[in-house]
Amino acid sequence: MRVPCGGGGTLVALHPLSDMAETGPHRSRTIALAVVIALLIVVAAFLVAAYRPPIPRIKVPARASFDPQLVDRGAALARIGNCQSCHSAPNGSSYSGGVPIRTVFGTIYGSNITPDPRHGIGNWSLAAFTRAMRKGVARDGSHLYPAFPYDHFTRLSDGDIAALYAFVMTLAPAATDPPANHLVPPLGVRPLIAAWKWIEFKPASITRDPAHDDMWNEGRYLVDALAHCGSCHTPRSRLQAEDRARRFDGAIVDGWYAPPLNGRSPAVRAWTIDRLEIYLRTGLDPHHAAAAGPMRDVATNLARAPVPAVHAIATYIADGMVTAPAARIEPPLIDRGALAARQFPEGATLFAGACATCHEPGAGMIVAGRPQLPLGTPLHEDNPRDVIQIILNGLQPPVGPRGPYMPAFADTLTDAEIAQLVGYLHARYGNGARWDGLEKAIADARKVKR
Amino acid sequence: MSGVTRRDAMIGGGVTVLFAIAHPALAQALKAKQTQDRRLPGDLAKYPYLDSWIRIAPDGRATVFTGKAELGQGLKTALLQIAADELDVKPGAITLITADTARTPDEGFTAGSHSMQDSGTALANAAANLRMLLADAAARRWNVPLDSLKTGHGIVQAADGRTLEYGALAAELDLTVEARPGVPRKRPDQLHLIGKPVRRVDIPAKLTGGSAYIHDMRPPGMLHGRVLRGPSYGTRLATIDGARIGALPGVEHVIRKGDFAAILGPREWPLMQALRVIAQAPWQPTRRRPAGAIADWLIAAPGTIRTDLSQRLAPEAKPVRQLSARYSRPYLLHGSIGPSCAVAIAGHGGLAVWTHSQGVSPLREALAELCDLPLDKVHCIHVEGAGCYGHNGADDVAADAALAALAVPGRPVKMLWTREQEHGWEPMGPAMVAELRGAIDVAGRIVDWRHDVWSNTHSTRPAAAGDLLAGQETGFTPTSPKPLGLPEGGGDRNAVPLYDLPNIVVADHFVPAMPQRVSALRSLGAHLNVFALESFIDELAAAARRDPVAFRLAHLSDPRAVDIVRRATSRFGWATYRPRPNSGRGFAFARYKNLGAYCAIAMEVTVDADRGRLLIGRVVAAVDSGEAVNPDGIRNQIEGGIVQSLSWTSLEQATYGQNRRTTFDWSSYPILRFDSVPLSIEIDVIDRPGLPFLGTGEAAQGPAAAAFANAVASATGHRSRDMPIMPFSRA
Amino acid sequence: MIELRVNGRTHRLDVDPSTPLLYVLRDDLQLNAAKFGCGLGQCGACTVLVDGKAVFSCLTPIAALAGRTIETVEGLGTIARPGIVQQAFNIEQAAQCGYCIAGMIARAEALLRTTTSPSEDEMRAAMRPSLCRCGTHMRILRAVRRAAATMGGGVRDAAEPVR
Repeated sequence: MRVPCGGGGTLVALHPLSDMAETGPHRSRTIALAVVIALLIVVAAFLVAAYRPPIPRIKVPARASFDPQLVDRGAALARIGNCQSCHSAPNGSSYSGGVPIRTVFGTIYGSNITPDPRHGIGNWSLAAFTRAMRKGVARDGSHLYPAFPYDHFTRLSDGDIAALYAFVMTLAPAATDPPANHLVPPLGVRPLIAAWKWIEFKPASITRDPAHDDMWNEGRYLVDALAHCGSCHTPRSRLQAEDRARRFDGAIVDGWYAPPLNGRSPAVRAWTIDRLEIYLRTGLDPHHAAAAGPMRDVATNLARAPVPAVHAIATYIADGMVTAPAARIEPPLIDRGALAARQFPEGATLFAGACATCHEPGAGMIVAGRPQLPLGTPLHEDNPRDVIQIILNGLQPPVGPRGPYMPAFADTLTDAEIAQLVGYLHARYGNGARWDGLEKAIADARKVKR
Repeated sequence: MSGVTRRDAMIGGGVTVLFAIAHPALAQALKAKQTQDRRLPGDLAKYPYLDSWIRIAPDGRATVFTGKAELGQGLKTALLQIAADELDVKPGAITLITADTARTPDEGFTAGSHSMQDSGTALANAAANLRMLLADAAARRWNVPLDSLKTGHGIVQAADGRTLEYGALAAELDLTVEARPGVPRKRPDQLHLIGKPVRRVDIPAKLTGGSAYIHDMRPPGMLHGRVLRGPSYGTRLATIDGARIGALPGVEHVIRKGDFAAILGPREWPLMQALRVIAQAPWQPTRRRPAGAIADWLIAAPGTIRTDLSQRLAPEAKPVRQLSARYSRPYLLHGSIGPSCAVAIAGHGGLAVWTHSQGVSPLREALAELCDLPLDKVHCIHVEGAGCYGHNGADDVAADAALAALAVPGRPVKMLWTREQEHGWEPMGPAMVAELRGAIDVAGRIVDWRHDVWSNTHSTRPAAAGDLLAGQETGFTPTSPKPLGLPEGGGDRNAVPLYDLPNIVVADHFVPAMPQRVSALRSLGAHLNVFALESFIDELAAAARRDPVAFRLAHLSDPRAVDIVRRATSRFGWATYRPRPNSGRGFAFARYKNLGAYCAIAMEVTVDADRGRLLIGRVVAAVDSGEAVNPDGIRNQIEGGIVQSLSWTSLEQATYGQNRRTTFDWSSYPILRFDSVPLSIEIDVIDRPGLPFLGTGEAAQGPAAAAFANAVASATGHRSRDMPIMPFSRA
Repeated sequence: MIELRVNGRTHRLDVDPSTPLLYVLRDDLQLNAAKFGCGLGQCGACTVLVDGKAVFSCLTPIAALAGRTIETVEGLGTIARPGIVQQAFNIEQAAQCGYCIAGMIARAEALLRTTTSPSEDEMRAAMRPSLCRCGTHMRILRAVRRAAATMGGGVRDAAEPVR
């Protein structure tokens, strides 16, 4: 059989099917057997390649065997790494897992990383813990789903991994199991992850960039190795690995949009190091909107992280945004009230009754210095997701009991009403092209499970 | 609603034996007069005439008057119980009139947990007097001995079954007679309502949208009003452009007088929108505030007046361990859920004001001065507002309404503060700091105790126009604050411990200069003082290596105090308590003002350091309010006081910059929400029939704060001495 | 001209459509239960039911309510014939000043319509948007537990039993 291929030549197939068809059942059975054997060899080869040996169990280490200073360092690193976000369910005990991480491949639940020997990782040695962090392999040799961002943690130093180990090993043990994962079949088969890793993952480390100072380098280390900002802010390939070519270009996560953290940042006010540091530590900077959605957890944790570490992170990320439009010129705030009211008259009425009391100049919170609507990045993003999520769910104070508090409007307004309102807001305050498909976006946003 | 529905009240059937054998002195009581040695009890001493308190109409309906006000503490119900039982009429036949300058006795402020002692006692005795007089009138008519008669349900009954109705008897009596001291009250076994958990008469309307608050008043022709002020006390709007404001939609009148300004209109929403437009104008500070920590400022403030209270009974005591500690609390808001509101109407040379002020009579005087009207032309009537917990914006908004009403005579004005105005302008509970020093001897007994407390005044309640915001805006000057002095006290309230301490010095440092606007907040100084001394007792107990409850009992001889300490701790299971991981327990007790109700509280707290959370578990309290008129009302006040105090102590802090208060709404001044209130609260009410009624509204604040502090110390191993106690939050 | 359906009756009102429902209920329809506490959606004193869900009437412009079902506490029952939730609040004497209580009743009603067997944590989370300053929380929770039981359900993992 001749198979044409580009370039003018032809490729000769090894097993011409037309030839085989003429030779009878005996021959086709042999071929079938050969194919099966070949497949079995491929699968066997694959399983061999995917195999990781288990690391022997150890006795649960005594708490007193860990240096308290190392434990404290580990606790600080855990805050920077935002571990609680996936490993502490709101109604469960700390670090006992159970937080659902929804991916296109299904839902994976954060695991119990307390030192319980049966339900957690109490029997894991430092070597086992290190292999998990650097290579995404559990103690028993099974591969871990890359929802656990070992593509970042692989860059952690030995010392930091040892500190994190000391921290998790001194947590209160929790004797509970998280729910079972629901993955799209056949992805429940863990060895397949090896294939993913072969294509998309390579253990790595970070080397110091001499073109930048220590603070920047420390920030880069913390961001890439630990805080894993790219897990949310970098879009993913079809195989759901971070697309390195589009680093920090912005991505969708849990129905929210994590905006770009590079020159594409749509923020209308510059993210200077100081502003970013305040935002990360308090969840609110006067020149931008409050930390909301998944970012709220980040702020809650960074609020209790060492200040120099947050400063380093802010230094590195802010540097990445020096080419963003607002870093060069901060535009005057847009307010096309009359135009927006003409285009979205119902939206204008809804805004006047539902929103103006807090969001218009003269409102108590505006007089007290909370940022006005057009300062926030959500209205300038290229999609309405963040605006919709905030309207549907409201806002809770990001850090501590005081701070921005907005009620939820999910039950107050219908999809059509929210669409009018969002259209009005964008027409009145937003940069960028008109958002279309609002009603569908709102209906989809309501379906996002928390 | 003035009566009690048949379904709700637990009414005993039948009549009561009028005079028990245990009261042979009745004949003398009939002739007794008020003298130096036999004073009339409660406010009966100030208003001895019976018809100041009770009148009986020919149809038998009784009208009962009290100068106190319903604040949501169940006062109306408790007074109805007293009147119904002591007078022997059905509650449904009683109309209760509360604080009204034209109709009721002037009982000052409904504050300080005095209502049961002052008004309850007066009513009980007035009612007993009146029942005696009615029976006496019947006895004379029938020519039978007084003690052969019975009373019940508004009738007097002779031994042979003849009856006479109260209405008929009262018609022939002149009730403008003085009450006599020593008229016996009912025996405990003769009571039907007193001592029973009678359901509150005001609750049904509040559950079904009945008219219950000033906010619900809609007199015909009414105009809505909003006052124009800067964002907080100590600021003002830089300019008020009357013409521009008057042109805003929905604004019918712009009232200007000196620096006072308000807008009136027929509909509320346009006024709210107008307020927002007006608030876009710049504001300016009218005073600068000191920078730095308020506790340090208080201690260093000039002009402090010091009052010492000390005793030195065992100067030879030998201390082996000495401790000292400093405790503080920040400024706290009353934070009434419903902003302050008043309705006023001017006309016929006078002014009528419906107000939720705690003191209608003092307010009336202040308004008369403010509006330049004769006192007898100003009429103040109490109508419920939201809970005030002390001196909130009620008096100020009444003044705002009055000035506005004078500009539109004949038209009622309903003035309502916004949330931001209530948060920004209400007088706050004062910040306070206390330094305690103590010593224990080798036997673990306290041999030395020193308590110094610094505070502003706890009352700037209007005595005059200058104490009202509208007064300050129209040229009046505020009254200078003066220390109140024990036993009531202000900042020194409850600074003297109830323990038996042979050597003690308590010094009150009254700071007259007020960086912030302050006034009475529920329990006054007791919150901080009991927090301090009960925390310190725990610290001394730890130094003596003794259980904190046993340590207290070793220094306590007041039997009622010992009783509630034992009750609360045994119910909590203090002796057998086994701490769970990350949990701790705490105990505290106090007698409010050392002469009011006793309250002991034990609680468990669990900490989650990783997530920075604190969970309040089981809370157990015991309370002794003397003779318990309504045990459920007592329970309600103690539960509420515990939750409110936990909110103050674990979360609340008014914030301010140099130029303004930065506390302006619930997001900037959070209070406890449902997800943070205790797991459970159990209250043991000890009833002591025959002992004086003791008001309960403020008995829980101090003990709850200290029990919480002690529980947190037990759970975390670390002692926090500055409120709000937030071991994990950095914000 | 806006048509509003409140407690089963239709009202035609000539009112600025941006007017929040709270002011229309109180001033145009003379209904007292929903109250002004903050106007900011922070305290819940204004809570009513729209299409069976608890909403802040202070932030719901009537323009958003065309064709929707509005219920206030007045529609849940009267003193003579109280609804289940109102009766539970009365039995538990769940009020001190009472200003927040109508909002609490509306919010509890909305919860119990979605489930008569919430867990203790779910109940507290559902009530969280409503503030009480007097500290009546424990009684309010007791009333909700009692109402749930009366409706044939019952709060799971209850912190206090229904007495």
